[in-house]
Amino acid sequence: MANKRHVALGLTDDDVLEMYRTMVLARKIDERMWLLNRAGKMPFVISCQGQEAAQVGAAFALDRNVDYVAPYYRDVGVVLAFGMKAEELIASGFGKAMDPNSGGRQMPGHFGQKKNRIITGSSPVATQVPHAVGFALAAKLEGKQFVTFTSLGDGSTNQGDFHEALNFAGVHKLPVITFVENNRLAISVPYDKQVASENIAIRAKAYGMKGYKVDGQDPLAVYEVVKLARERAINGEGPTLIEAETIRLTSHSSDDNQSVYRSEEELEEIKKNDPIILFGNYLKEVGLLDEEKIKAIDDEINRQVNEATEIAEKAPYPKPETLYDYVYEQ
Amino acid sequence: MAQMTMIQAITDALRIELERDENVLVFGEDVGKNGGVFRATDGLQKQFGEHRVFDTPLAESAIGGLAIGLALQGFRPVPEIQFFGFLFEVMDSIAGQMSRMRYRTGNTEQAPITIRSPFGGGVQTPEMHADSLEGLMAQTPGVKVVIPSTPYDAKGLLISAIRDNDPVIFLEHMKLYRSFRQEVPEGEYTIELGKADVKREGKDVTIIAYGAMVHSSLKAAEELEKQNISAEVIDLRTVSPLDVETIINSVKKTNRAVVVQEAQRQAGVAANVVAEIQERAILHLEAPVLRVTAPDTVYPFAAVENEWLPDAKDIVAKVLEVIHF
Repeated sequence: MANKRHVALGLTDDDVLEMYRTMVLARKIDERMWLLNRAGKMPFVISCQGQEAAQVGAAFALDRNVDYVAPYYRDVGVVLAFGMKAEELIASGFGKAMDPNSGGRQMPGHFGQKKNRIITGSSPVATQVPHAVGFALAAKLEGKQFVTFTSLGDGSTNQGDFHEALNFAGVHKLPVITFVENNRLAISVPYDKQVASENIAIRAKAYGMKGYKVDGQDPLAVYEVVKLARERAINGEGPTLIEAETIRLTSHSSDDNQSVYRSEEELEEIKKNDPIILFGNYLKEVGLLDEEKIKAIDDEINRQVNEATEIAEKAPYPKPETLYDYVYEQ
Repeated sequence: MAQMTMIQAITDALRIELERDENVLVFGEDVGKNGGVFRATDGLQKQFGEHRVFDTPLAESAIGGLAIGLALQGFRPVPEIQFFGFLFEVMDSIAGQMSRMRYRTGNTEQAPITIRSPFGGGVQTPEMHADSLEGLMAQTPGVKVVIPSTPYDAKGLLISAIRDNDPVIFLEHMKLYRSFRQEVPEGEYTIELGKADVKREGKDVTIIAYGAMVHSSLKAAEELEKQNISAEVIDLRTVSPLDVETIINSVKKTNRAVVVQEAQRQAGVAANVVAEIQERAILHLEAPVLRVTAPDTVYPFAAVENEWLPDAKDIVAKVLEVIHF
């Protein structure tokens, strides 16, 4: 029997199977939204594919009963782990009234759900980072025991808000984890045309915080480092910057074509790093999964996604007369 | 009752709200020990502690973003932007984020934030310090834009702004900070947001203004009185949402109107007021509604500032045009 790394991290067999299921669910919801988009039923899709291990590994390391997340548009894995439902995500893609993020008022991928402590965001990238720091400041002011987790892409770390927010978090030693999912592409522009530093994690030093680089295709490695960051935050040891090296399997969104700016070879190469296959292999090695069990999980999640699609498709759009609602308090 | 300058009235309002509601937080650049570059927060950190009144790094976008995060956690942030010319650094937080919070979350979240900021000309601070940028804010649904012209109004409006559950941009004209004192009641009182105030009653013409231009308009009204012209002066107090009712009721009485703003002419609050009047009361008008504004240039250098800014003489001239139309 192979080394059970997850046990050493304090994770049960059920925990890692749940992580795997969440990754597969994120992938299959995403794939379904692409199908609906290509069928002309859904206006826009933006993808999590390739980054599920980083997202789910990180989310499982948080306390999902008290912590807050300020995610970015790829974080289907994070919001599923925090309680958003498959049908809610698909309804958001359709712009249906039942979309918990905004009632169909925002772009898909702009996650926000108060009851699950998912903090609503905006479209310019990195604007969620100062919001998360505001949450962390609130925790410190009120002596509350929660951590705020915010995530963003590598390109977004060039925004002024990233700098302004991390500097503030560093000055006040706030309980906030900034998690960069580095897929080495900002839509079409590669890392070396985006970021001057050799990696993102070393930027932490300038903000007086710890920085870690981790293999984002390995949910257990991500879990370990986020868990450590969370403990440090709760213990008053301040913020952490984590860079998870990952891959983007799809185009940026349904509105661009990555073959314009990525080679065939590159696209073939990254498929070898598909996190669902890699984590499936680990679970096979430790005897928790086999081909038959993987197929059973796939079938079960396909059913779940089919049902979710049906619910979301049947759900009504927001009523036109709600157009004028909620500009100001009523 | 005490005689107060506008800056003292503002400090008084902040103190009352900090005392009354522990969720009120005051923060910004130099607002702590220094008490703000204009002393609006003087003594507040000492009285309420560093956890209620604190300095931020020089980072306006972070100030706006922090305010949003704190507001979503139940606080009532009252950040200061040191000069409203720095609005552009915090514009996304205001126009792209907090103004849309209620709408984009389907009413599950709100952003009860009051952004205070000094602005306005006539004190020898050139561009980016003196600019009147309220028109940019007034074009942003979801925020309220409040501009007091007196110490009494400043206190009552600021208390209302802090208690309001929507974001309020509270603009303090620098020239009015210490230019005169007024009786201001002790303790708390509120003035409803979105309500204009008739600062002087008249029957021949309505002059509509806000901020420092209210005082230029009152001065103009005194001049006009000598020429037997009775001018009504309306202080908008809130430029968005606009109190259309008060404006229209006055214009229906006087049948003539002049709208005054310190900002440049194009696409401003005054243009909006003119449009509302002609859409709702055109059959009551005896003359076109005219505007008194600054010209369409960048805010100028100090040597020509007083020529550039509208003043009482310009207002008198414009009123005579509509009277003798």
